[in-house]
Amino acid sequence: MGELRAYAALFGGRLRSATAYRTSFAVEMVTNAAGTLIDVVTVFVLYRAAASVGGFTLDEALMMTGITAFAFVLADLTVGNIDQLETYVRTGRLDAVLVRPLAVLPQLILADLPLRKLMRLAVGTGVLGLALARNDVDWTPARALLLVTAPISGAVFFGAIFVLSAASAFWWIDSGKLGHGFTYGGRDFTSYPITVYGSWFRTLFAYGLGFGFVSYQPALTLLGRADPLGLPSWAGYLSPLIALVVSAIAAVVWRLGVRHYRSTGS
Amino acid sequence: MDALDASVPAISPRRPIGASVATFRALMGSGFRRYATYRQATIAGTFTNIVFGFLRCYVLLAVAAGAAGGAPGGYDARQLATFVWVGQGLLNVVGIWGWGDLADRIRTGDIVADLVRPVSPVTAYLAADLGRAAHALLTRVGPPVLVGALFFPLATPSRWQTVPLFAVSVLLAVIASFTCRYLVNATAYWLDDARGPLMFWTLGSGVLAGLYFPLRLLPDWLAVTLWVATPLPGLLQTPLDVLIERDQPALQAGLVALQAVWAAIMLALAHWVQRRAERRLVVQGG
Repeated sequence: MGELRAYAALFGGRLRSATAYRTSFAVEMVTNAAGTLIDVVTVFVLYRAAASVGGFTLDEALMMTGITAFAFVLADLTVGNIDQLETYVRTGRLDAVLVRPLAVLPQLILADLPLRKLMRLAVGTGVLGLALARNDVDWTPARALLLVTAPISGAVFFGAIFVLSAASAFWWIDSGKLGHGFTYGGRDFTSYPITVYGSWFRTLFAYGLGFGFVSYQPALTLLGRADPLGLPSWAGYLSPLIALVVSAIAAVVWRLGVRHYRSTGS
Repeated sequence: MDALDASVPAISPRRPIGASVATFRALMGSGFRRYATYRQATIAGTFTNIVFGFLRCYVLLAVAAGAAGGAPGGYDARQLATFVWVGQGLLNVVGIWGWGDLADRIRTGDIVADLVRPVSPVTAYLAADLGRAAHALLTRVGPPVLVGALFFPLATPSRWQTVPLFAVSVLLAVIASFTCRYLVNATAYWLDDARGPLMFWTLGSGVLAGLYFPLRLLPDWLAVTLWVATPLPGLLQTPLDVLIERDQPALQAGLVALQAVWAAIMLALAHWVQRRAERRLVVQGG
């Protein structure tokens, strides 16, 4: 109970500081939501120029964009701010976090929960809703279940990627941008049908790192389309398993990182 | 001790222009050296540029393959690949993102140290920013362009004037980008905390400068409006269009002229806003 109260205090402090500058907070809320909207607008603009991209129509691609938008936004809202770790390590502020009798990861997450990203969740849900409305999904119990598990597993997957890329700061202090290639890059990768990518690049990102199972495979299963790249339709149900594996790896790397931390000299 | 007073000694009273140039150069050098110390960040940033280069290039090439005539927005596949890869390098030179120094200094009151200097803050920060851009030009453009050239066929300029026009266009893009960022940061004079405007800028600048997709993919009326009514296409889209020779020679040169007009307007605006702000500034703290 004491621990929970400590976390609540951390969260409350964050809430008060976020609302201290009200105008900026309001602008941040709006711009954050608009940021997610721009990713979706990009998809529409590209499809304005071509009726079919990578063998998929706009409506079909929206299914992938929708699952990704929801999954990424949920992950970004909950653990995305972990990319601040770089600053904690560089300035040595992590010392203060380590000496408290609480776990490191939840402290960092709650100490800086980005409430300004809340409105993004509405946009993410909206995109997924739009994708469902524009596609004629042949509903079965399995597909209904998939509609719940795929976005949630995607969020867990992206969350683990956020933690992994932030943890690189334990070894390489100025690595912030390096992780963006996998977090934001992963979001961009999964927003389009993976058939558009060149073969080695696709193999690396989709199957090697697992991004293909976040939205592409589940979307195919929901749409009832065979995979032009040859994976069977049950591959759409693999995302929880993949998310679990990546989370386990992230947990191990995080623990190694915290042990590796040596604070900073003057 | 009657020689001591509070006046600022002129560095070289007989050669005021020479002294200004020397000051400007010294400030540029400091900007260059500052970024030269962030070596890990340079490498990490380059890696990310390359990942995004692959992502955007593959997507745009797939759009070209699916588009009627194979030329979305009037670009062929080579031009699109060049647009993406040079764009990934140029992004850092123009430096659209991640400059909140001025806003921080206004919020903390450190800005007072800038105001007592005998150089206008706009000029001083512009010099430092040009130094930063020079560093980025040397370190951040080569790697993505090289990787792009290894994996995709790129377009090479065929007109003699393209290269000098491109050089001028990049310089104007840096100046326009700097003045935009300066103005966004300067909102802190009125708001105390410029995080909101900064985020608004980060969001709008990327898409309206042509980073996410070439602006020619938009409906014509919208693209023309953006070009004429805002300086934003001049930050990235114009230099890239000039380099890949998207337009006839006359329009190619005209776009650079439009950039020059916008750079001049924005620079004047930054000076004006700075003067207004100085009149109402209250530096906090003791």
